Amino acid sequence: MKKENASVAAETENNATKNVYNPEYLVDIQHERLSFFTPAGEVKALNDVSLYVRPGEVLGIVGESGSGKSVTAYSLMGLTAHPGRLIGGDIWFSGHHINDMTESEMRKMRGNEVSIIFQDPMTSLNPVYTIGNQITEVILLHTDKTQKEANDRARELLTLVGINEPDKRLKQYPHELSGGMRQRVMIAIALACEPKLLIADEPTTALDVTIQAQILELIMDLKKRLGMAVILITHDLGVVAGTCDRIAVMYAGKVVESGPTDDIFYHPAHEYTKGLIASIPNLKDTEHKRLVPIEGFPVDMLNPPAGCPFAPRCHSCMKVCLQHMPEYTHLTDSHYSACWLLDKAEFERQREEKA
Amino acid sequence: MEEKKLIEVQHLQQYFPVKGGKLFEKKVVKAVDDVSFYINKGETLGLVGESGCGKTTTGRTLLRLHEPTDGKIFYDGVDITHAKMLPYRRKMQIVFQDPYASLDPRMTVGDIVGEAIDIHKLAKNEKDRRNRIIELLSLVGLNSEHANRYPHEFSGGQRQRVGIARALAVNPEFIVCDEPISALDVSIQAQVVNMFEDLQERMGLTYLFIAHNLSVVKHISNRIGVMYLGKLVELADSYELTFHSVHPYTRSLISAIPIADPAENRAARRIVLEGDVPSPVNPPSGCHFRTRCPYADEYCSQEEPEFKEVSPGHFAACHHLDRVK
Repeated sequence: MKKENASVAAETENNATKNVYNPEYLVDIQHERLSFFTPAGEVKALNDVSLYVRPGEVLGIVGESGSGKSVTAYSLMGLTAHPGRLIGGDIWFSGHHINDMTESEMRKMRGNEVSIIFQDPMTSLNPVYTIGNQITEVILLHTDKTQKEANDRARELLTLVGINEPDKRLKQYPHELSGGMRQRVMIAIALACEPKLLIADEPTTALDVTIQAQILELIMDLKKRLGMAVILITHDLGVVAGTCDRIAVMYAGKVVESGPTDDIFYHPAHEYTKGLIASIPNLKDTEHKRLVPIEGFPVDMLNPPAGCPFAPRCHSCMKVCLQHMPEYTHLTDSHYSACWLLDKAEFERQREEKA
Repeated sequence: MEEKKLIEVQHLQQYFPVKGGKLFEKKVVKAVDDVSFYINKGETLGLVGESGCGKTTTGRTLLRLHEPTDGKIFYDGVDITHAKMLPYRRKMQIVFQDPYASLDPRMTVGDIVGEAIDIHKLAKNEKDRRNRIIELLSLVGLNSEHANRYPHEFSGGQRQRVGIARALAVNPEFIVCDEPISALDVSIQAQVVNMFEDLQERMGLTYLFIAHNLSVVKHISNRIGVMYLGKLVELADSYELTFHSVHPYTRSLISAIPIADPAENRAARRIVLEGDVPSPVNPPSGCHFRTRCPYADEYCSQEEPEFKEVSPGHFAACHHLDRVK
């Protein structure tokens, strides 16, 4: 049972005067800018990021470390850590305008309408509380259930995420469980209030391959059963290929390409996406092919280049790339990318048509 | 390629004592239990397995960074199980997993690379040493100005290059690569993998390549060994292993790898293993894999399967090879 709070209604009234959000989308991030004000200078972690997630959809965010994929997802829950600050853009989640929510309003939303699973199940559970304690905490906080009802619900959740002997597990502490088990407990906590959105931040990176397969299968199965939307953050292209409906590729605080999974893999438009796909070995290859790496090193976010952030590593870099950031080019309704090469191709096509 | 064994281990065992449940109770973890393999000169042997299966310990014991509990290690036909290691350190080197933890933060990159040159007295004078360091750095794609910097000034990929330059400083013949790319970003991994291949071609190196990412291991290795709970369960040519594996564990491991291709991913039939890897302190009796194996029966819990040749050069340890097919 979810409580309706008065603030939501009040907010909806405010919405009319603010930037409009698309009611079709569960998550609608528009032109988000977020910076970390470090002693060494301003780090523009997110530079004009726009994303959306429809209800029940799985969005994969791919990118290397420091590209801003986690920061985007955390800001959606209002979890931006000091010295980070949101300095522009609008974040909409299920009718809430995250930008103007107070901390107490956020608390009502977190764990209730949106939940998160972190990368490292070893450190994200509290070692001094039992598993049962940590699951019922969420339930008691967000619902009117009594302790006994909450215990029943916790038992039900553990069964749901495939943990056997739930009664025994409820009394155990995190250190008594293996990594895969702890991640299952994390998922149980995240699902306690049946959120509309689950953010999975590298949920399988710390796990072994066979356990990773189990956890991914579990998340996808629960998604189908509960009808929630999922944002899956990962650097593993294999993981997104098998699970996501749409993919957003991030590089240096920007979404450089976004589109349906098949388009991203079979018709990548951005040079970074192409490079990423070419640089991983395929297990199914029957002969030895030399890998094609992306040359150079990741961007120094303290001194980002003026134009396209990928330009210094791009093998088809042009003069304009170094000075100006390209606009998005829409290849299809849902597939778009920011690259000057697309503009160039478009320009050449138009010129040919004229001729 | 010369068919000459550079490295050979026979029945290698590495046990570590752990505290038992009761006072004064002694228990051991059989991190590596009766592992035998060889690596030919100029070849790359890949070693894969889940965390805690003993692949890193195998690599380290091979270099005698741990004293083996039992078994024999041969280098170029010479038994080095109890030999003085200093002369062999010039020939056998290691690249560690974590480029953030394996470089001394208080030493410049030049000194990190130069330390091995000093220990083995490979430079005649200061100028010679300096030239050698610069040569090594350029070999791994860094330049001379990097020699005076400290590790914290480098990105993960660059640090791993420093780690490789350090391993190359003594002109080794054999390098243990212990998860050298797991800590790196995807776009950097390919750079480092290509560098390993180039160096091998140029300097005739022999590698033991340890990683949990089977796609990368298959890409770089000639042969692959699969480990589970301290034991080698399958060993074969890398293509033979990926396409015609016979051990149920290898099969499930291969099927669990997410393929970066949506259509293939949808078509793939996964064999999802139940449960977790059992604790190596109390491994299951008989075949260690039986608790998660779909083919396991009574016999598997009684008798440990023998690691035998199923086809030329293809070894596996399983009682039910005929049924798995």
